[in-house]
Amino acid sequence: MPKIVIHQEKIHDPKHLIEMCPFHALDYVNSYLSINAACKMCRICIKKYPEVFEWVEEDKPQVNKDEWRGIAVYTDHVEGKIHPVTLELLGKAKEMASKINHPVYCLFMGDQIKDKAEELRHYGVDKIFVYDHNELKDFRIEPYSAVFEDFIRKVRPSIVLVGGTTVGRSLAPRIAARFRTGLTADCTILDVQENTDLDQIRPAFGGNIMAHIHTPNHRPQFATVRYKIFNAPEKSDQPSGDIVYESIPGERLKSRIRVLEVRKKEKVASIEDAEVIVVAGKGIKKEADLKMVRELADRLGGMMATTRPLIEAGWTDPKTQIGLSGRTVKPKLIITCGVSGSVQFVAGMNNSDTIISINTDPNASIFDVAHYAIIGDLYEIIPELLKQIPVQLS
Amino acid sequence: MNILVCIKQVPGTSDVEVDEKTGVLKREGIDSKINPYDLYALETALKIREEKGGKITVLSMGPPQAAQVIRESYMMGADEGALLTDRKFAGADVLATAYTLSQGIRKLGKFDLIICGKMTTDGDTAQVGPEIAEYLDVPHVSNVRKILSITDKLITVEMDMPETVEIQEVLFPCLITVEKGIYTPRLPSFKLKLKTLNKDVPYITFKDLKDQDVYHYGLNGSPTQVLKVFPPPKNQVSEIWNDKGVVLGKRLADKLKELKFIRE
Ligand SMILES: Cc1cc2nc3c(=O)[nH]c(=O)nc-3n(C[C@H](O)[C@H](O)[C@H](O)COP(=O)(O)OP(=O)(O)OC[C@H]3O[C@@H](n4cnc5c(N)ncnc54)[C@H](O)[C@@H]3O)c2cc1C
Ligand SMILES: Nc1ncnc2c1ncn2[C@@H]1O[C@H](COP(=O)(O)O)[C@@H](O)[C@H]1O
Repeated sequence: MPKIVIHQEKIHDPKHLIEMCPFHALDYVNSYLSINAACKMCRICIKKYPEVFEWVEEDKPQVNKDEWRGIAVYTDHVEGKIHPVTLELLGKAKEMASKINHPVYCLFMGDQIKDKAEELRHYGVDKIFVYDHNELKDFRIEPYSAVFEDFIRKVRPSIVLVGGTTVGRSLAPRIAARFRTGLTADCTILDVQENTDLDQIRPAFGGNIMAHIHTPNHRPQFATVRYKIFNAPEKSDQPSGDIVYESIPGERLKSRIRVLEVRKKEKVASIEDAEVIVVAGKGIKKEADLKMVRELADRLGGMMATTRPLIEAGWTDPKTQIGLSGRTVKPKLIITCGVSGSVQFVAGMNNSDTIISINTDPNASIFDVAHYAIIGDLYEIIPELLKQIPVQLS
Repeated sequence: MNILVCIKQVPGTSDVEVDEKTGVLKREGIDSKINPYDLYALETALKIREEKGGKITVLSMGPPQAAQVIRESYMMGADEGALLTDRKFAGADVLATAYTLSQGIRKLGKFDLIICGKMTTDGDTAQVGPEIAEYLDVPHVSNVRKILSITDKLITVEMDMPETVEIQEVLFPCLITVEKGIYTPRLPSFKLKLKTLNKDVPYITFKDLKDQDVYHYGLNGSPTQVLKVFPPPKNQVSEIWNDKGVVLGKRLADKLKELKFIRE
């Protein structure tokens, strides 16, 4: 069936467009222009505004959504030690699965991990698919992709969730491309429709705005989510669900990559683990002034983090960046100093327990998420605050 | 050694404005530049060529004005370039972008090594690289932070993981995505600028590609669709403090004591 596609990004004057349609078939709700049932397919809109309205001959086959069942979570792990993002995703998967009455699956691949799968049975998974092969010892893209593909062909899940870790961000796109399906990176909100369409919400590409993305005609639907975006579910004492051992022929695990060595990095304190974080934003005028922010963080027994412009200026280590392209944090206390509160930044910290924000601009959007909105100059407030906080003796 | 580098043109500032009325990004009139992460990709290629010789081709997909980034790469030392541009490519999501790029790469020839940036500053998915590798049916290594050695057959790289560094040896042809800071990108050279002033940026359009199915490109070839855009949700009502700095400093100290973040 042919249809009319609306290029929302090309709309400049929605009121005008609505009036143009002789059948009143256009609605403009929540900044979104849509066609309602009154449409007679007269194509006047296409003739008048070809840049906004496009005629698409729809002879594409429609996917049969009923053939795809279940929500699958990829188990991210290092030598069997499961990354907590996996559990967070299981919690979300379970919540969504109960709405559409689908099962929750886990895909667990690695070398000598059989006994490690037991852990996953405490999070309400229906089936855990375990692939245990020598070839999967260290992460290499081809054998990991081969197993992932095998799993999807056998199980046919409707939704696949992958943690936004280094491995996840390498693996998920590869598999999505293999199945020619959609992938939405770094979602911050997920939900599911009755027809099993996944609502994928993330800060929009570039702007100070959120985008609601869906994958209406492809299965499986892939999404990656960063660590600490969702809450991990409670661990239940009673194990449940089945462990299913799968395997694939050795020749499909062949690789053009050889891992020569895996070296442990020195463990450095990470802002993700800090209970108190003080954030320096561009309100900090020069590099030397970071000292005062660091001092505040030290005295509160916490860590200093920064926004992206400070990283780009080379003032701080990229590992201390909070936000969409940095880390997600959920500390007990976060104090932002001279941070405007862009969606990309906020996406990485708005689940913190207590948010205190200092900014001179009463209209700064950081105040939309702050529990304590402090309108004032950080160059006056922080020195005064430091006077009031005793230097802690460790 | 035949190297291909994928580069993208991105908005020059991250302060992209949103039209209050329509909720649509205002893209016109903002200056643009090479995606900063792609400068590292290009520099990596240049370093490899210095050592091993060979040819560097840069490829971008975008509107005709994106030819500018190809021109800039000529000034940094790239040998050849091409721009994938066609109305049929417009509105591409990750999958369609990667597919179009892979078709463009096939059109340009055979490459030993394809290098992508870690991510773009506007799309920010870090996923186009791995998807290109899948479509070209070559192995890939992402988050490469160091190149240890190169022979005629293979490249040995360090992949940066959160707690470990994996040293991987990969046979050509392959694709890598490189971390910021792998090498320091050079500045465009004035000499090369003069020399390449009239150098052509060839276009590759839809009709040049092998796959002629329009449903594989642009909006039509994009499985994901933006349903709507909306302003970010706001948290609960907050307490607003407005006073002189010194007063606010004291008040904040008291609050932190009350919340037990300052031990007395
Ligand atoms: C795809 C994409 C991904 C991104 N990812 C991230 C990310 O992960 N993390 C990130 O941080 N950014 C990210 N950004 C950038 C983001 O859009 C913003 O540009 C950035 O967060 C702004 O940082 P800022 O708040 O420090 O600076 P600004 O926006 O410049 O804000 C500075 C604030 O300081 C206030 N101020 C100035 N002087 C004082 C003073 N004396 N006392 C108190 N307040 C003062 C000002 O009123 C202003 O509100 C991303 C952008 C894009 C396009
Ligand atoms: N339109 C494009 N043209 C050329 N290369 C691109 C394009 N989009 C993405 N890339 C490459 O893919 C990398 C990752 O992009 P992204 O997935 O958008 O974060 C970039 O650093 C580029 O090397």
